[in-house]
Amino acid sequence: MCDQNASMKDQGNGKSAMSVNTDKRLILLDETDNVLVVAATLRADEVVNIEGQPITLHRRIGVGHKLARRAIAVGETVLKYGAPIGSMTEAVTAGGHVHVHNMKSDYIPTYTHDNQAAFTGASS
Amino acid sequence: MNRAWQGWARQDGRKGVRNLVAVVYLVECARHVAEAVAAPWRDPLSGGTGDVQAMGFPGCYPSAYGHRMLERLLTHPNVGAVLLVSLGCEGFDKRRLAGAVEGSGRPVEVLTIQDAGGTRAAVEAGRVYVERIRTEIAEGPRVEMTPADLIVGTICGGSDGTSGITGNPAAGRAFDRLIEAGAACIFEETGELIGCERHMAARAATPELGREVEGAVHKAARYYETLGHASFAAGNADGGLTTIEEKSMGAYAKSGRSEIVGLLKPGDIPPTGGLYLLDVVPDGEVRFGFPNINDNAEIAELIACGAHMVLFVTGRGSVVGSACAPVIKICANPETYARMADDMDINAGRILKGEADLDEVGGEILDAIFATAGGASTRSEALGHQEFILTYKSFEPIGPACLPRQ
Repeated sequence: MCDQNASMKDQGNGKSAMSVNTDKRLILLDETDNVLVVAATLRADEVVNIEGQPITLHRRIGVGHKLARRAIAVGETVLKYGAPIGSMTEAVTAGGHVHVHNMKSDYIPTYTHDNQAAFTGASS
Repeated sequence: MNRAWQGWARQDGRKGVRNLVAVVYLVECARHVAEAVAAPWRDPLSGGTGDVQAMGFPGCYPSAYGHRMLERLLTHPNVGAVLLVSLGCEGFDKRRLAGAVEGSGRPVEVLTIQDAGGTRAAVEAGRVYVERIRTEIAEGPRVEMTPADLIVGTICGGSDGTSGITGNPAAGRAFDRLIEAGAACIFEETGELIGCERHMAARAATPELGREVEGAVHKAARYYETLGHASFAAGNADGGLTTIEEKSMGAYAKSGRSEIVGLLKPGDIPPTGGLYLLDVVPDGEVRFGFPNINDNAEIAELIACGAHMVLFVTGRGSVVGSACAPVIKICANPETYARMADDMDINAGRILKGEADLDEVGGEILDAIFATAGGASTRSEALGHQEFILTYKSFEPIGPACLPRQ
């Protein structure tokens, strides 16, 4: 996943890529990413802007979780830090929560407790 | 970088930032006696000084790895004197261990519970020794230390989706500046760098070292695949991390941007300054279970490589410290920091709120490193955390391409 050296060079340089008309609480780490990172807990029913498009959240999303920057298809690679971090097992629309319920590792499967907390960050 | 402070001079020429008495059980059966010996001093929360610490090896079967780890830890520059607590019939070669400690110029005593007349008598005798030796080493020779004398390790634990954005890259900034000043810095763990191997190999000082680095990560991937479980806890997922490669990308940011000059295994001491990767995954077929059953096993291995202190980046909120060396806690998640500020040395979560940038927090981490080196307690030290764990592992020695030429 780190063969994308050009984008890796920018990892952690403090300058995040710009995402136009996107809620300040959503961080785009690299221009090529198809997910945004949540910087402050978002409430259910809250409306957030993602690149000019208002999206209503259906559940609470905790800090550190990921939202789709755009629609991502089944089998498509998920990009964060400009690097592949796994692939989708279900399609997601823009603003949808991207996590263990709809994506998987391309290396070793992820183990989680069998409860909702793992899916929503509700305990965070 | 113009920093200097007073450290502790050891006879082997190394310099420490603490002057501890280590009370060491050589099998689980001796652990209670060792802990009881250390108890009057051990815990600052109960009025103790914190400079007498218990650690040891629980198994009764021989272990070359366990022996090497304890030998390195008990001759660590932060340790001033040693009391070995033996039950009497365990497999550990206490004479050889005592010989190595003595050879390093440190006072060492062996207390055997079966010879001392049982628990009560052994605890009493142990406390008499500690009382005396603590006073004796308090006058030990001091020496000036500068950043070039330091070895600093880094680990992340209880990671979440913030760790790779705030705490880990900020620790990487601190590493870059320490290395410029001549320090040796060690990052790990190969099982949490799965997917980053090619990028790391390209940062290696030589192509041969690059191949060793890549090989170490492939070994880790194979090992965890056999176990059927990545180095990934349920709490990582609660915090927004979804896959091992995502966690790896975040963890990798701890290493900063310096050239990688060497690859170590537990107990190998960096021969020069610069950035080193620690390979913590055992060699050979899968034996003895998970490579490191928790964060403290990795912290002990970093310290066995000579780390004077360890930077610990956490998102979910780990509280641990370690025996033998201070742990500096860097909290990546602002919401966790708000809940657990008393346990945290650095609030890297401010970066997420736009209140600080990576360089500022990197600078705060450096300040904390030098304050700790000068004797100031870290939060986990002040709260009495001295966690320690050592289990069975097996390693082959590192290859000739792994270390820089001196």
